[in-house]
Amino acid sequence: MAPQGGEVAPRRELALIVNGRPAVARIEPRELLLDFLRNRLGLTGAKRSCDVQVCGACTVLVDDRPVSACCFLAYEARGRQVTTIEGLAEAGHLHPLQEAFIEHGAIQCGFCTPGMILTALTLLREVPTPSPDQVRTYLKGSLCRCTGYWKIIDAVVDAGRRMARAEAARR
Amino acid sequence: MSGVVGTAMRRVDAAEKATGAARFTGDLALPGLLCGKVLRSPFPHARLVRVDTSAAERMPGVRAVLTGGDLADLDPYYGHAIKDRPIVALERVRFIGEPVAAVAADDEAAAEEALRAITVEYEELPAVTVLGEALAAGAPRVHEGPLRPGLFHGLGDLRREEGNICYHYHFARGDLESAFAASDVVVEGEYTFPAVYQYAMEPHTVIAQWGESEITVWASCQHPYLVRAELADLFRVPLSAVRVIVPYVGGGFGSKSYTKMEPLTVALARKARRPVRIANSIEEAMVTTRRHNMRCWMRTGATRDGAVVARQCRIWLDTGAYADNGPRVAATAGDAAPGAYRWRAVGVDAWAVYTHTPPAGSYRAFGAAHMAWIGESQIDALARRVGLDPLEFRRRNLLRPGEEVRPGGKPLDADLVGDVTKVAAAVGWGTPKPPFVGRGVGVGLLAAGAQPVSTAVLRLQADGTVVLLVSTTELGQGARTAFTQIVADELGVPPSRVRVAGADTQVTPFDRSTGASRSTTLAGTAVQRASADLRGQLLEIAKRVWGLPLSALTVRDGAVWHETDALPFPELLARHFGMVGGELIGRGEVRPERGSGSYAEGPVFWEVCVGGAEVHVSPETGQIRVRRLASVADVGKAINPQLVEAQDEGASLQGLGNTLFEEMIFENGQLMNGSLLDYHVPTTADLPDAFHTIIVENGDGPGPYGAKGVGEGALAAVPAAIVNALADLGLEIRDLPVTPERVLRCLGVLGAPAGTGGAAP
Ligand code: FES
Ligand code: FES
Repeated sequence: MAPQGGEVAPRRELALIVNGRPAVARIEPRELLLDFLRNRLGLTGAKRSCDVQVCGACTVLVDDRPVSACCFLAYEARGRQVTTIEGLAEAGHLHPLQEAFIEHGAIQCGFCTPGMILTALTLLREVPTPSPDQVRTYLKGSLCRCTGYWKIIDAVVDAGRRMARAEAARR
Repeated sequence: MSGVVGTAMRRVDAAEKATGAARFTGDLALPGLLCGKVLRSPFPHARLVRVDTSAAERMPGVRAVLTGGDLADLDPYYGHAIKDRPIVALERVRFIGEPVAAVAADDEAAAEEALRAITVEYEELPAVTVLGEALAAGAPRVHEGPLRPGLFHGLGDLRREEGNICYHYHFARGDLESAFAASDVVVEGEYTFPAVYQYAMEPHTVIAQWGESEITVWASCQHPYLVRAELADLFRVPLSAVRVIVPYVGGGFGSKSYTKMEPLTVALARKARRPVRIANSIEEAMVTTRRHNMRCWMRTGATRDGAVVARQCRIWLDTGAYADNGPRVAATAGDAAPGAYRWRAVGVDAWAVYTHTPPAGSYRAFGAAHMAWIGESQIDALARRVGLDPLEFRRRNLLRPGEEVRPGGKPLDADLVGDVTKVAAAVGWGTPKPPFVGRGVGVGLLAAGAQPVSTAVLRLQADGTVVLLVSTTELGQGARTAFTQIVADELGVPPSRVRVAGADTQVTPFDRSTGASRSTTLAGTAVQRASADLRGQLLEIAKRVWGLPLSALTVRDGAVWHETDALPFPELLARHFGMVGGELIGRGEVRPERGSGSYAEGPVFWEVCVGGAEVHVSPETGQIRVRRLASVADVGKAINPQLVEAQDEGASLQGLGNTLFEEMIFENGQLMNGSLLDYHVPTTADLPDAFHTIIVENGDGPGPYGAKGVGEGALAAVPAAIVNALADLGLEIRDLPVTPERVLRCLGVLGAPAGTGGAAP
């Protein structure tokens, strides 16, 4: 991540929206979104594990698309909406996915959990009530070493159903 | 009793973890915190001729550069088993990845640039990077001179062995030669097991601060008290001057047991006089600790009517350049080698062997994971040779509860026949099989618990809430939740009135370690005893207040009761102290009930490893698909069944990875797949088609309510079950992982499309 030869590129201004709030900073162009969120904004929910876009622990949403923040330049997020796990609960109410993860015992050490929940969220936006097999396929880029995945799959399937029911009730 | 023990109560840490609020060591911010980076050796074995840090020290943002030269005032060697490891390389390096220098700088970029500015002159030396080389006569020695015992070796007499032998574990009983002579059938084979990476998703992370009166360390470690002791010893300060705080830990699986990056981080902070964080990358974590690769020779004999007679086994475990937990891994492997059978004679030798590779230490179910599949594949081979169904063969030969497992050790405390019958049923044993489908079961025992020393303190606050102080670390296993359940029931308070403090050696009392499946059983007992102590104090106060005998009083719903009269806890406290405020303190401890609690007299309990598998093998591609997988979680009593399942599911999938594809590949001591791009850990795509955890609650454990530990057994059982399911198809597996290439190589011996195991021929 350090520049070769020690030259320092000029800093640039980065303005973006993080969890609904504007954020502005002068950053070096090489700064990664993960470091920007964790070090500058103190949003430490996204984690660094593999650092090579394999595990999903650093997943955040940029304009509602999941990205691996460990391999995504912060500057690329300029002018865009970034959602981290900290932005998911609304007014102190947990998101149904968070509720389902808690209830189904889909959380152990919790290191994968923020990325896993945000990835699952994008699945539920595409496929509101996925089958267990669909969840399994969609989550194959998100590693969890603790759970064996079964309870995560159950939680996502259940969250989809709950959200669909809540949606139906609203209509 | 409020009745939460035995229920799937929500984890007490789940909401924090679901919202991103949970703090891990890498998430902490400290004023003036520096970024530490480590320069690592590119050679497996070399003399350090010169380390020049002068250019690095002059770079902007660099606050300290540490080399071996900074440690002259210390005896800089550590290692809980054997003190063989310097904080940073001194006159030589012994593996690729060994720390040679470390930099503390204002930010990561400055630290990395400074690393590049350090020049090191090496003189390469001949290296032994595989077991065969290390064991050869006249091989270069990884370590010269006598082995110094570490603070927690617990291994009896440590003798200096020949050559590169780090530790030798031996036991024998009965007359082996005559027992083999009396065996009608004998199977024999050589086997290998690969090096495996634990992959806790959070790599090792440590913050150290060198203060005027205290060394403070925040670490992703499993055993804060053992880390504290080693740091105090290394830096020549009293135990009380070292404070180890453990925030949430992002998985351990043994990789964060004992002391890892803490000494180096403290040494760097000592030099920088500023707090420093060292966070390993995945590649660095992989060369910090790993599972032992192994070679093994085993033979097993039985009579023609199907009684096991004798087993002999030799085990060579590659412990890498430093002992770490190698001696105990060797002892545990040795103990696991006989399996759970009734032998007339058995002889086991297990050696931990030094090589010039990254040190190997603990990984979930060590020893048993290495050995169960080997012993169990020989059991199946014998069953087939004598014409018995493998399940029936096991029913005849497995130990029964109360029988001796190891001379002088804990007798068997589980119903293994019941357990294996259940997993067999779960994978369809005895029902017809489609083509290329095989079934197998595996049974093993894991010596669990480590030394049984744990303490707990429970503080009843003026408002009737309680704070539990216990040093079990929360690695994801759910210890804080299980302890909350125990306290809630013992004191008759709702779980919401119980808080469990995080491990902090200046606050929470001594616990030996968090590992070996010990916490619910041992720390849990200390917690239960602390609760009982507190309850006793409350009853005494109520007795004085009311002038009634204890027999007339009960504790429930946050109060002491006499018939329909209640004295709530806050009122009892106010009466006792004569003011609002004050607190009662309950205390609980666990210590060895017989002997010294050393390894030889254990284990605290036998952790059961019982699994079943049904696999499909593609004869064209060699791909193995696991159709059904089942594991028994024989827990005595499930304090929280959801947590038990979670442990078992995770361990099973790790077992599947260890069996089918996980392998660290070294060439001349260089790790070739040091990234998750190249090292494959199980994803959802690798899940079996179906998985069952069967929770068995026979109340036969030594822990609270008859509980015993869980969470490792499946990792030993699954390889055995899968290997035997493949044997059912005629594939004789001698080497893990069972890659498609290995299957194709074996396929020459694939017999009839459907095997015969699972139904007596
Ligand atoms: S840390 Fe970014 S994908 Fe693993
Ligand atoms: S809960 Fe630990 S990695 Fe998923």
